Amino acid sequence: MSALLSPIKDIHSERRLFIARVVLSIVVSLLLMGTVVARLVQLQVVDHELFAEKSQGNRVRIEPVPPIRGLVFDRKGRVIAQNIPAYQLELIPEQVSDIDDTLNRLAAINLIEFEEIERFKELSRSGPRFKPVTLKFRLSDEEIANFAIQRPRFPGVDFRPRLVRHYPSGTSVAHAVGYVGALSTNDLQRLDSAAYAGTSHTGKTGVESSYESDLHGDAGYRHLVANARGRRVPSGTSELLDTLPDDLTPAPGENVYLSIDLDLQMIATKALEGRRGALVAIDPWTGEILALVSAPSFDPNLFAAGMSTQQYRELRDNPDRPLFNRAVRGTYPPGSTIKPMLALAALETGATNLTRKTLCRGYFQLPGDDHRYRDWKPEGHGPVDLHDAIAQSCDVYFYEISRDVGIDAMHDYLDRFGLGTKTGIDLDSESSGLVPSKEWKRSAFRDRDDQRWYHGETVIASIGQGYMLASPLQLASAAAALATRGQRYRPHIVAAIENALTNESRIIAPERLPDVEISNEFYWSTVVGAMHDVMQGPRGTARAVGTGAPYEMAGKSGTAQVVSIAQDEEYDDAELEERQRDHALFISFAPYDNPRIAVALIVENGESGSGVAAPIARSIMDAYLGFGDDAS
Amino acid sequence: MLTSGSVTMRLSDTQRLLMPKAAPLSDFGLIMRRLHIDGPLLVALLLICCFGLFVLYSAVGESNRLLMNQVVRLGVAFVAMLIVAQLPPDFLRRWTPWGYFAGLLLLILVLTKGDVGQGARRWLDLGIRFQPSEAMKLGVPMMTAWYLHDRQIPPRLGHLAIIAVMIAVPTLLIAKQPDLGTSLLIAASGVIVIVLAGMSFRLMLGLGVLAVPGAMLLWTFMQDYQKQRVLTLLNPDSDPLGAGYNIIQSKIAIGSGGLFGKGWTNGSQAQLEFLPERDTDFIFAVLGEEFGLFGVLTLLVLYLFVVGRGLYIATQAHDTYSRLLAGSISLTFMVYVFVNTAMVTGLVPVVGVPLPLVSFGGTSMVTLMAGFGILMSIHSHRKLLPH
Repeated sequence: MSALLSPIKDIHSERRLFIARVVLSIVVSLLLMGTVVARLVQLQVVDHELFAEKSQGNRVRIEPVPPIRGLVFDRKGRVIAQNIPAYQLELIPEQVSDIDDTLNRLAAINLIEFEEIERFKELSRSGPRFKPVTLKFRLSDEEIANFAIQRPRFPGVDFRPRLVRHYPSGTSVAHAVGYVGALSTNDLQRLDSAAYAGTSHTGKTGVESSYESDLHGDAGYRHLVANARGRRVPSGTSELLDTLPDDLTPAPGENVYLSIDLDLQMIATKALEGRRGALVAIDPWTGEILALVSAPSFDPNLFAAGMSTQQYRELRDNPDRPLFNRAVRGTYPPGSTIKPMLALAALETGATNLTRKTLCRGYFQLPGDDHRYRDWKPEGHGPVDLHDAIAQSCDVYFYEISRDVGIDAMHDYLDRFGLGTKTGIDLDSESSGLVPSKEWKRSAFRDRDDQRWYHGETVIASIGQGYMLASPLQLASAAAALATRGQRYRPHIVAAIENALTNESRIIAPERLPDVEISNEFYWSTVVGAMHDVMQGPRGTARAVGTGAPYEMAGKSGTAQVVSIAQDEEYDDAELEERQRDHALFISFAPYDNPRIAVALIVENGESGSGVAAPIARSIMDAYLGFGDDAS
Repeated sequence: MLTSGSVTMRLSDTQRLLMPKAAPLSDFGLIMRRLHIDGPLLVALLLICCFGLFVLYSAVGESNRLLMNQVVRLGVAFVAMLIVAQLPPDFLRRWTPWGYFAGLLLLILVLTKGDVGQGARRWLDLGIRFQPSEAMKLGVPMMTAWYLHDRQIPPRLGHLAIIAVMIAVPTLLIAKQPDLGTSLLIAASGVIVIVLAGMSFRLMLGLGVLAVPGAMLLWTFMQDYQKQRVLTLLNPDSDPLGAGYNIIQSKIAIGSGGLFGKGWTNGSQAQLEFLPERDTDFIFAVLGEEFGLFGVLTLLVLYLFVVGRGLYIATQAHDTYSRLLAGSISLTFMVYVFVNTAMVTGLVPVVGVPLPLVSFGGTSMVTLMAGFGILMSIHSHRKLLPH
């Protein structure tokens, strides 16, 4: 029909033309498909190795395996820090339909705190959706039981076992061993991120912090098959997993043996219970710290396992400052405890001699000055020589010789005993204390009048008051130097480090410091003898503590005036009154002939060095020397 | 149509069918002819679909549910093919203009009332949800073939201009959705018709020269993501985690497959989801990774057989409409295969074109099989003229 309407239509030539075009399109098609095939050959044959490698790199993920943290033992091998399995509460964001609601309901049953909800929401959003967010590091048995019942109500929330740092003796070792806490952003910037990739906690204070590199160990890694979103593919599902490279087992951290004796820690903790103060005991011939206690203390397990913000706030805001390490960081006027050292300075400089006597009338006046520098004993000690001045702690004797010694010589000799500079102990944040000198005063003050050194300042420096400050650790180190008659060793708290795999240990060798050189041996025997009589002489200030002991000992009490109370601290009147009482200090060592232990301690506002501090020192020495009663 | 010829044909046809001894057809061939089924084409399509189902099962992460989904879709598509095969080409031709204009109306409706999905307006819900652009994949070649059916071949310039409008209107409507891939394929199906109709090479060359400023004009009309795709093709490594990611990962998948592949369901690129769109546009990469070069070539040979059979049917067709339509359907199928495989291997930009009969998804498969139904109809309704 239509063909009849178009007479020009030539069916045969049309068909020929069509077939020609079909042939042409076949040629074009084959050329196009040939290009694709050539491309396939290029990808699958020529460059096959390259792409095979790339696909391997795609699927294999390396996951860090955290090492097991080294253990901490005391000098007798008793555990101070260990790792125990505990359950932690985790939330997997992708399995939780309503994260807000879930967190609120968890807070409602007291598993988390309402204040933490925002933080956990942020954490759930920031990481990969399949990566668990830890809500609580350590669940109590009660919490596990409670949650187990409610578990069906919380899809995507579960508890998982892991190792948690645990300190069995808790509070009594807190300031020595320190604690570990969850890695903070600051920690991550400071530490090697590769080594800590799988680690959750790091040492924050004490030995845990200063020996972090030994305790932590080396992270290992394992290869696993991961999909494009980084999610791990369970093993054994296919032969994909059969060709993974070798894993690296993590190397556990090294075990650390402290020179601390756990018994002494316990006794000192108990003795300082309810007080503010610190005690340091030291082996005078090695510098090993035998006990290091600061009171009040805290439970380091709270940091390791995680505590509530409320608990942390209570610790932080407690006016007794339990987190403050008084033994290493606290500085106090040393009071009369420095008298034996000043006596040596006076003898060496010729400011006094072994026979010189002074009549003590209970006070001292500088020439041309009305001001009376009082002795602690108002009626005076009567005629005293150097020995008596130490044994009875006569202030007037030292006031008198102070002018002849001079503040710079005082500074010089106290410096040789290690006061005024950091001891270099293997713990962080040590205070250097302060031993004043004329030069120090010039640089420490701005005002020209303040830069002058006054005679009166020398007078009060001679009984360890005024500007002078020392930490209990420094006093213990000085007491050790008195015990050894001048041989000094750098204090250290770690005795040995043991490889956890081979059990090979390396002992930390004592580091000898420059001796306190005194020209005449008689000077030593006089001063140290006087210290012996402090405790066991007929008129010694601490004879009530030392008399009748089964061994001989030496000591020196100190009672230091509280200079001032910081203005930002608030106390009510009764507390204020209590906090203005004198600090009680004591340094001692024993046995007298062959010293094995030196002890220094302070009891804040304890009022009497010989009455309050000395008995505590005695109990420590008793225990160490094997004379402790079983009750302690 | 030649009236006298058709009478002659019917007689001889009937004679042939009634005389099995004289006919080269077997009993089986006879039944197939009666059912208007082309055996070689059917076998090749079934082989492709079965192979495709294997690949798909792996690509959907061995999900039986999704596999059954696809099996049902294939079933529907085969039924559609068989139904279309029963419709005589004359009938199709008569209804072609109506269908074409109805299709245009639906395309306009989509742009005003369509459902938005993945940033494009492609779906229309008229009782059943469908993409009118799919219907136009057949509508455009049918319309151009209809127009040329009773006109002078090779077409004159004026006719070509009218055909250009017939192609351009639906192409632009679909490009506006936006669906660049489909609009280009639809334009191609129309252009193939006029090329097969014998458009002069000089004209083609002239248009080719004109295409350069045309492409520049097109560039200014392109959406940002479409421009990005072109730029990414030129240098996929410039943005390895962004737009170039797909191409890089599919090249890794195919390349790591090597000669024999990593084995069925063992392609790490596909199974671990490094390969994006692994069950749809990029399923060819799954095939390449798990079955290697041999698997890929097997599929390509099957595809080429289908194209070849289609072109053979076209050369055997007896009228202009059937001839041009059959040729266009076959070559458009060829273009689908080329565009998808070239895209997945990084030879052309990523335009959303699925691998025919293998990629997961329903609408395009029904259109495709309906097209093969037309081929079968054309071949089985032939009026055998004496040569």
